[in-house]
Amino acid sequence: MSRQSLAKAHQKIQELSWEPQYHEPYMKYGTDYTFRKAQKKDPLKQILRSYFPMEEEKDNRVYGAEDGAIRGNMFRQVQERWLEWQKLFLSIIPLPEISAARSMPMLFHAVPNPELHNGQAIQMIDEVRHSTIQQNLKRLYMNNYIDPAGFNNSLRGFHNDYCGTIGRQFAEGFITGDAITAASIYLTIVAETAFTNTLFVAMPAEAAANGDYLLPTVFHSVQSDESRHISNGYATLLMALSDEGNRQLLERDLRYAWWNNHAVVDAAIGTFIEYGTKDRRKDRESYAEMWRRWIYDDYYRSYLVPLEKYGLTVPHDLIEEAWNRIWNKGYVHEVAQFFATGWLANYWRIDGMTDEDFEWFEYKYPGWYDKYGKWWENYSRLATPNGHKPIVGEDVDYVYPQRCWTCMVPCLIREDMVTAEVDGVHRTYCSETCRWTDVEAFRPVYQGRETPNMGRLVGNREWETLYHGWSWDKVVEDMGFVRDDGKTMTAQPHLNLDPKKMWTTDHLKRMGPLLSPNVLFNEMSDEQRAAFVADYNRQGPAGRPAPASA
Amino acid sequence: MTATTERPDTTERPPRSVPKVSFTDAEAGAKDFPDSDPGARHFNYYKPAKRKQTHYEDVTVEVQPDPRHYLSQGWIYGFADGQTGYPLNWTKLKAWGVDDPPPVRGVGTGGGGAGLDWPAHGWHWFRDPNEEWEQTIYRNNANVVRQVNQNIENARNAKAFDQWSRNWIRFVERSVGAWMHVEHILGLYVFAGNERSGPTNMHNTVMAVNSAHKIRFAQDLALYNMTLTEEVDGFDGTAHLAAWNDDGAWQGVREVTEALPAIEDDWGEAMFATNVVFEPLIGELFRSGLVMQAAPGNGDFVTPTVVGVGEYDYALRDLAWTKACFGPLVQDREFADHNRQVMQDWLSAWVPRALAAARTLQPLWSQPDARPPRFEDSLEIAKNRFSGILSDLGLETPKEVVL
Repeated sequence: MSRQSLAKAHQKIQELSWEPQYHEPYMKYGTDYTFRKAQKKDPLKQILRSYFPMEEEKDNRVYGAEDGAIRGNMFRQVQERWLEWQKLFLSIIPLPEISAARSMPMLFHAVPNPELHNGQAIQMIDEVRHSTIQQNLKRLYMNNYIDPAGFNNSLRGFHNDYCGTIGRQFAEGFITGDAITAASIYLTIVAETAFTNTLFVAMPAEAAANGDYLLPTVFHSVQSDESRHISNGYATLLMALSDEGNRQLLERDLRYAWWNNHAVVDAAIGTFIEYGTKDRRKDRESYAEMWRRWIYDDYYRSYLVPLEKYGLTVPHDLIEEAWNRIWNKGYVHEVAQFFATGWLANYWRIDGMTDEDFEWFEYKYPGWYDKYGKWWENYSRLATPNGHKPIVGEDVDYVYPQRCWTCMVPCLIREDMVTAEVDGVHRTYCSETCRWTDVEAFRPVYQGRETPNMGRLVGNREWETLYHGWSWDKVVEDMGFVRDDGKTMTAQPHLNLDPKKMWTTDHLKRMGPLLSPNVLFNEMSDEQRAAFVADYNRQGPAGRPAPASA
Repeated sequence: MTATTERPDTTERPPRSVPKVSFTDAEAGAKDFPDSDPGARHFNYYKPAKRKQTHYEDVTVEVQPDPRHYLSQGWIYGFADGQTGYPLNWTKLKAWGVDDPPPVRGVGTGGGGAGLDWPAHGWHWFRDPNEEWEQTIYRNNANVVRQVNQNIENARNAKAFDQWSRNWIRFVERSVGAWMHVEHILGLYVFAGNERSGPTNMHNTVMAVNSAHKIRFAQDLALYNMTLTEEVDGFDGTAHLAAWNDDGAWQGVREVTEALPAIEDDWGEAMFATNVVFEPLIGELFRSGLVMQAAPGNGDFVTPTVVGVGEYDYALRDLAWTKACFGPLVQDREFADHNRQVMQDWLSAWVPRALAAARTLQPLWSQPDARPPRFEDSLEIAKNRFSGILSDLGLETPKEVVL
């Protein structure tokens, strides 16, 4: 259809807009935001007559590429280091996608603008597409990549692994709690507009550099739908801004959503891109450089800042602090080190870093080797079983970290850890913003204002709690991260598939029990706890113990 | 003489920075190790409904997690009232196992996934008989819009609309036009409106797909209306609004249509009332019992093709998932009686309403010059169809429709 025909057709379908005459629809999902009925235009101008054939054509290209990849033996050139991390990523991402679909009804109920509902309905169908096309990609990897373990138990792994739980915020956060906080601010304004750039553009580019051109094929096809979703979010945001009573909530939600997305997405995608690649060309962008381009410049400066003139309070301080964490505090490196420390609790293999990797990191992040180099040398030294324990059980100058109660990423920037006692439980947080999120934002009253629809942070938020006192071999068996011989572990701290070099649960029997940092923290007296926190804040970088007092 | 442009010496160009291709031999079967057998190449975290895992199941099952299975840390966000995830009490219907307590997890309990019976409750046995996932959604709907476009374009080129009488033009602009509103409300505010509420990914996905059918059909009708406005002299493209807003013949249908998204907090009732009651007694009555029957006699071979694809979506796809969803609940090993009573109550509430609304449509049967079958005959067919659906579901036919 021509653009003119599309515009006319879109105008015509506006005649479908429903003004209830006999019954008002049931409003299941509440919000503390208020909206005046405003004639905000559907920014997408999408009609299904053109949408379905367009998506079918996109599908044909994707599936054609998938067939070609198999016929062309793509997996003879795929870097295992890269594809192993896809076992984590592709276990997580179908749930956020389908959750985005599920969040759209929340917007129908909360945003009184029938014209916008059309765009939201199309986004709903898009998200079903994304979830199933990504599950299908994972299925293809499972069938054609050398090591199916970790793909074949993918969703069991995702559902009971702590990394999966961290990633699950990027899904449950879309569909639970205040409808606008969840489905609009967290999902469309921050997750889709800011962080899909690194998820669906930057990361696939890295995949291609590692011999995998199917991830870019699928995810660029997905990303081409995201621009419509971003427009959906923008239109809703402008409606919210037009009511001054919403501005306090917008400020709250933007702070929460920005910080949580940074904590979760930068942890995962930063690790995949920096530690999952074999491409160590000096002129390829580091994650920090990508972040600066895609998120700082494209999102923050070009999208958020211009909204200030409409009354949006932009969290400049948190954006600068996120950058500070990435550039100066080594956030991504600390996370990658933690993932590798706990390799045995996961369902993918983590390759060690080599001299070539060290050189690249030092070039891109001056000072990296002094902080992390020695630890990674220990990681490689301890990679194959040889009478020692996995690295988490050996003395390598690393203190196992506390968990952040809010974002559930460990408190890896040790000096930033803060605590609070909530409902009789002592909780630790990776940052002041995560403390604020739990203690102040996710509450029924915010700064003296009733917020009866605001969600709650619930669940067993520290994974280690569940296995407090368990032996490690039983932990791994309970999670099901064991291969078909009943004892070889799915996870390995190297890429060698020689069975003699692979860890089994028998090797774990020599380890002490797994102890929950949070349980131990709560068993301390107040004085012990204060001393513990003071010591913790002096630890690091790279998880090093606090230096001895002068 | 022709001037030639000298190409720069390519050797002077700086070397391009490209990733190195390396042979990794990372393809299936390259080495032998635990889990390298072909038998390890299937998703081992779920049981298929039949002997073999299907493609549809692979991309759908377990994507939406459940604390009664592997979700060891539980849901991590809650609503203000304490509800989390996908509560099982968002419908009055029950599937076996839902009243069993969920596993309790805490300090030192372990994840709990290994020892749990699965499926934990009967909702997890539901599979969409249409096996819809993204590829089928786009193939099916793209084919539909191509078919509809071609039919309308052919008719336009053949000047087929010239055969229409004044009365038929009035009928199409008002009544066929009015129907687009029904489809739109059902698509957007009943099916899409409830696709957050189902207990499993399979339920929510069929609601999303059903929604796509309805919204597309509504738009098909709207755009067909636009074409007719351009092609047919005197065709009033806004008459559908007048019919929908003010015509007494349409107000009964409108009232029932609007009542469906107003159902409070019960996705099951919304689906049941729409696809089991409303669609056969009102939807098919109007679409098949009137439009499809009346059009040929009035020189219209186009409208039935536009309406027919919507009818096909309901009859062959949407009704199929509905039966697969509700039928087993009537035979549920734990809650059959409960579910049968709930559904009979819904029938008692919705059937009289739907029949009353259907009867308000009766004047439409006398509007075309070439009359369709009598209204009462069309209604009898609709009632028969409805009784057959109830019989398939194992439910009793309410007295209002006993023939």
